[in-house]
Amino acid sequence: MTFSLVFEQLLNGLQFGVTLFLMAAGLTLVLGIMNVVNLAHGSLYMVGAYLALAAAQWTGSYLLGAALGLFGTLVVGMGVEVVVLRTLYDRDHLDQVLATFGLILFFNELIAIVWGRASLFASPPSWLSGHIDLFTGSRYPAYRAAIILVGLVTALILWYVVTRTRLGMLIRAGASNRTMVAALGVNIRLLYTVVFGFGAALAGLAGLMAGPIYNVQPGMGELVLIQVFVVVVIGGIGSIRGALVGAIIVGIVDTLGRAFLKPLMATIISAPAAESAGPALASMLIYLLMAVVLAIRPQGLFPARG
Amino acid sequence: MNRTIRTIVAAVATAVFAFSAPVSAQQKVKIGFISTFSGPQGVMGQYMKESVELAIEHLGGKVGGLPVEMFYGDDQFKTDVGVQVAEEMLKKNQVDFVAGIIWSNVMMAVVPVVTGANKIMVGTNAGASPLAGKDCNRLYFSTSWNNDQTPEAMGKFLTDSGVNDLYVMAPNYQAGKDMVAGLKRYYKGRIVDEVYTKPGQQDYQAEISALRAKSPKAVFAFYPGGMGIQFLKQYDQAGLRGQLPLYTVYTVDEISIPAVKDAAVGIYETRYWSPDLKNAPTQKFVADYKKKYGKLPVFYGAQSYDGIMLIDSAVRAVKGNLKDVDGMVKAMEKADFKSLRGPFTFNVNHHPIQNFYLLKTEKLSNGDIEMRIQKTIFEKHKDSYFQDCKMK
Amino acid sequence: MKARLISWIVAAVLLAALPPLLLALGQPFYLDLVRRIMILAIAAISLNLILGYGGMVSFGHAAYIGVGAYAVGILGFYGFFNGWLHILVAMAASALVALAIGAVSIRTSGIYFIMITLAFTQMLYYLGISVAEFGGDDGMRLKQRSQLGIVDLNDPVQFYYLALVLMLLSVFLIHKLINSRFGMALRACRSNEARSRAIGFSPYPYRLAAFVIAGALCGLAGALYGNHINYITPSLMTWEQSGDLMFMVILGGMATTAGPVLGAFALLIVEEVLKGWTEHWQVLMGPLLILSVLFFRRGLAGIFYKPDA
Repeated sequence: MTFSLVFEQLLNGLQFGVTLFLMAAGLTLVLGIMNVVNLAHGSLYMVGAYLALAAAQWTGSYLLGAALGLFGTLVVGMGVEVVVLRTLYDRDHLDQVLATFGLILFFNELIAIVWGRASLFASPPSWLSGHIDLFTGSRYPAYRAAIILVGLVTALILWYVVTRTRLGMLIRAGASNRTMVAALGVNIRLLYTVVFGFGAALAGLAGLMAGPIYNVQPGMGELVLIQVFVVVVIGGIGSIRGALVGAIIVGIVDTLGRAFLKPLMATIISAPAAESAGPALASMLIYLLMAVVLAIRPQGLFPARG
Repeated sequence: MNRTIRTIVAAVATAVFAFSAPVSAQQKVKIGFISTFSGPQGVMGQYMKESVELAIEHLGGKVGGLPVEMFYGDDQFKTDVGVQVAEEMLKKNQVDFVAGIIWSNVMMAVVPVVTGANKIMVGTNAGASPLAGKDCNRLYFSTSWNNDQTPEAMGKFLTDSGVNDLYVMAPNYQAGKDMVAGLKRYYKGRIVDEVYTKPGQQDYQAEISALRAKSPKAVFAFYPGGMGIQFLKQYDQAGLRGQLPLYTVYTVDEISIPAVKDAAVGIYETRYWSPDLKNAPTQKFVADYKKKYGKLPVFYGAQSYDGIMLIDSAVRAVKGNLKDVDGMVKAMEKADFKSLRGPFTFNVNHHPIQNFYLLKTEKLSNGDIEMRIQKTIFEKHKDSYFQDCKMK
Repeated sequence: MKARLISWIVAAVLLAALPPLLLALGQPFYLDLVRRIMILAIAAISLNLILGYGGMVSFGHAAYIGVGAYAVGILGFYGFFNGWLHILVAMAASALVALAIGAVSIRTSGIYFIMITLAFTQMLYYLGISVAEFGGDDGMRLKQRSQLGIVDLNDPVQFYYLALVLMLLSVFLIHKLINSRFGMALRACRSNEARSRAIGFSPYPYRLAAFVIAGALCGLAGALYGNHINYITPSLMTWEQSGDLMFMVILGGMATTAGPVLGAFALLIVEEVLKGWTEHWQVLMGPLLILSVLFFRRGLAGIFYKPDA
């Protein structure tokens, strides 16, 4: 286990982490401000990936495709808020879980009707399909480095919007006491639609960047959805800062667990036992982490309320 | 109150019956074809289905002289779904044959279901080693190969070319283990490490990082379908292509080449069939396939085509008497049809005895990237398990 | 009360009359379908105890289907085929797992409860995937179905009647339980936690007990389900499976005796009918489910009855 390998795996974890963050940011705001459990957040990730891919093929430009994909997901997100989500604000979590579960079925199948069930294989743009040389002497895919960069820049912008702008003030106020915000005469309905739409666009951004790494396929959102919920719960509901820290912790713990748990365990217990226990524990690691965090700090690491 | 309940229950019962299909009087062959049609591996099922349809077209729309009805089922690359689909085909659609199946794990789960219902199963891809050996079954035929055979050919090639320091990667399921077992039977050099990844895994970056840290001299990989597309692209993006030679089985093919393009050039594979194989049935198949679907066929399709031809020969031999299962099994054992791989015979375990070739991915002068047969590695190669099979 | 009893008897008689009818029509597939529905109805009945009567939104109930099915598969793997032993172990193991999950989860509430029950089931799912001895990701075919002596599970008709009897028995037992002192206390905790505390009892032990009972009953459903598909696989424990069980309860009507049974029949039959229409049945199923949540809150049973609670 050399330094170079550990460093490279840390980068892999960071890259996974920032993708989780982009999804978690929208989800945590929706949960914090509107108090809605939105299982269909993964569908928006999928919609973003498909729209960007289709738009890139149509325009012949990756960046234009990405921009159109983002805009499209924003519109779809606002549409979902107006048509379905809005009716769920006064309902309990159970109804929200079930109704958004229905949305998942609908979106997955709609995508399958339009683009088929088989995956589409997206490629990074040619100017990002190479690799960069790391200072450790190793090579790292340029595209993944770009994802990390975009993710961190987006986090910075979000931090600015949330802490330094009027919209951000409303969002923070909404997350800590939404009745009060409404009582103060803020158009809460519009605020909700805007927040949901931008949350959707962030999920779409995560989806379109993940496209070339995973496959673009119906149901791709559900493969990350549960991990995103883990991030939100660990980070603290409604907190952007929590989402960022939680996402990076989950991304790194998951990646390092998969990479090193088995060899580490093999030094303590017998190799065949490590062979089966290592991967088992590695895939359970983030859920254990969540259980531990909930046991020690039930409100998550950075609670928004109170 | 009880009247309403009764109405509901009656309605429920009627609903159950309403969609039960009427029993057809006309004699026809019903074939259930199971493959993967969804997700990253769905593209493989598509090629297989297209080849099956071409086979039926070549047979004039009939199988064994009878009208044919096809039922396609999607196993989603999951054993339990495969079992469910097979049960539904046998019970609901009451098929006479089940064919197809890409994945060895799915095959192992489905074969007992089909043979248990006294129906013939024609495997057109997966070559799980137990089914060639101790679990062989009189009602199970393969028109493909036993998993070990192809990597055996690769192992021999590697040994012959003096490769002696190899890093091995494969998905963690029956076929992955079979492939590595086959490789080791003929590869005699050092194995740096054997890494098994999750079946269907899409992101290999973490494994590629680990691979690089071990600095082997060469890499052997088995990543079929969508897994191969991802692996080849990421191997390339990590800057390993050209730095570290990659030898593969069932990874570079006519499905992955259009998706990964240059990332496949120069890679060696071993295989029993390729579109450039020189025989009349293959030339007709490739030409008609290109005309109909506008692309090159792949071996998954070739062996599915053969599967339909095998069923055709069996139904013909019993003159359409589909109840004569024994007669059909006897007919199938003769392999009396024009196989795309050329004439071949079935071993006692109902697996083909056939040639294996070395293939290389080449960039042609017109810019197309295609695989070309380089030489024959094994002639009339038998699998390594048939002696464990109790059938004679 | 009498009308309800009569309607149950009528339903039971109709279900009992199905097998000879379906076999006469040459449709064994639909016999399997109804058997599957009845087995999953048992799971839904158990979920209704905690979700409907207890007000605990467990998003991980599929865990016990998995534990029950794996109990059958693992015992069979080691050569134990006694069906009574299978059922006993399935229920006991599920109860134990429920005790562990419940003891931690019930301390939380709201979204945290939903997420933590989900997380525990995900852990069991990954455990199932990782344990290569029992098939890992692939799952494993049962060596033999459970041997119960009096009932032969390899005979689809006998298995069908067993499922029917056990489903009716579950309905009856949960109904009795709900109307006992324990049941009233449980329902009281749901409707007003503060008041029940004020009267002087803590909801925690009641909730935990209900959670364990529901787990055990669902373990029975799991043991039956394993035998039904003759196969065990981690995909029995996916969160989508948990969601399906929740839908059965909601669609049928939460906190009603007949709700989970009606819901299981409705959900799976609608699914089967839509599948007959189009390959893309989920594009219709999704909106149907959303609409039922939005506008059909009291469920199918709500058409006939007021909720018990």
